Amino acid sequence: MEALETVKVKEKESHPMEPLLRMDRMPHIWCPGCGIGTTVTAFVSALEKLEFDLNKVVIVSGIGCTGRVAGYIKLDSFHTTHGRAIPFATGIKLGNPDLKVVVFSGDGDLVSIGGNHFIHAARRNIDITVILVNNFIYAMTGGQVAPTTPVSAYTTTSPFGNFEPPSNIPQLAEAAGAVYVARWTSLHIRRLTKSITEALQKPGFSVVEVISPCAMYYSRINRLGEGIDMMRFYHENSIIKHGEPTENLDIDYQKQIIVGKFVDRERLTFIESHKQWIGETKS
Amino acid sequence: MSGVRIPYDIRKIRIPRGEVHIVKDRCKGCGFCIEYCPNDVLAVSDEFNSKGYHPPIVVNPDRCVNCGLCEMLCPEFAIWNTLKGEVEAQIAS
Repeated sequence: MEALETVKVKEKESHPMEPLLRMDRMPHIWCPGCGIGTTVTAFVSALEKLEFDLNKVVIVSGIGCTGRVAGYIKLDSFHTTHGRAIPFATGIKLGNPDLKVVVFSGDGDLVSIGGNHFIHAARRNIDITVILVNNFIYAMTGGQVAPTTPVSAYTTTSPFGNFEPPSNIPQLAEAAGAVYVARWTSLHIRRLTKSITEALQKPGFSVVEVISPCAMYYSRINRLGEGIDMMRFYHENSIIKHGEPTENLDIDYQKQIIVGKFVDRERLTFIESHKQWIGETKS
Repeated sequence: MSGVRIPYDIRKIRIPRGEVHIVKDRCKGCGFCIEYCPNDVLAVSDEFNSKGYHPPIVVNPDRCVNCGLCEMLCPEFAIWNTLKGEVEAQIAS
């Protein structure tokens, strides 16, 4: 038997994330096998790594499974109406530019119902970080077809398979003007944490898309197994390609998923360009 | 052992040993920690928790290297690990 040398460490009595979670609201509503909890862990560990002043971090969510994040993280947070997380975050950022504003919401909230807000916040380059959890379906309302549902996937409102081409979120964000675009799955936990760290430090509109298993609706109706089976699928079929042109990032049904950091560029943010414009018009 | 090159820094390398803590009643039995533990420390237990799921059980406590993967992957914030100590690296026989 190898000799164990004990080291003195501060004993953790409870889960290390508990100080940043509203434990009175636990257990959370997310189903067994859902990847949103993992994404929350990645986000909180990114915040801890950056050592931000937590009194100056604001989380805004819309409606949906991922929209519940604002209620579970013990920071200043707001749970807005459906699709309106980005306009609310824009207001917070412009009203108090010292705050670090994070929008944490789902695909149905941010790119379908709030799709126009997403495009225009990216165009103006508002200094917010968007963490977009993509589970390919409207999960909270019963598994309806979403603008991200892959072609031929079954949902409760596409019983013969979906025929609409899904939107490619990284390409949409890049075309609209986002300065940082990355995509990971909820299995790439360390890379996702690093990516969220970079996105939080980047001035401008930064988007991190997180592919997350929906173990109750998407995988059950498509007979893909449980959450763990979808995680195994991500393990085998995700390919890391940093800097891949975003037009190649379409997700086909049960085909390979290209992940990585695709866009990292510099643009004047809304507040900077506003200040510059005022300076020019006054002189 | 003749012919096997001993790494020159083997005396300096310390392998951490960790301890796994599980909040059984918070577990929803997704199995991510059991599947992705690199050293197979965890297994599905036979007991039920208060929600009716099978929480993980520590079967190989001596093999935990405190990597933290179970803690990062758990969607329920139900498992974490702490550093218990360090052992000297040995050449596998």
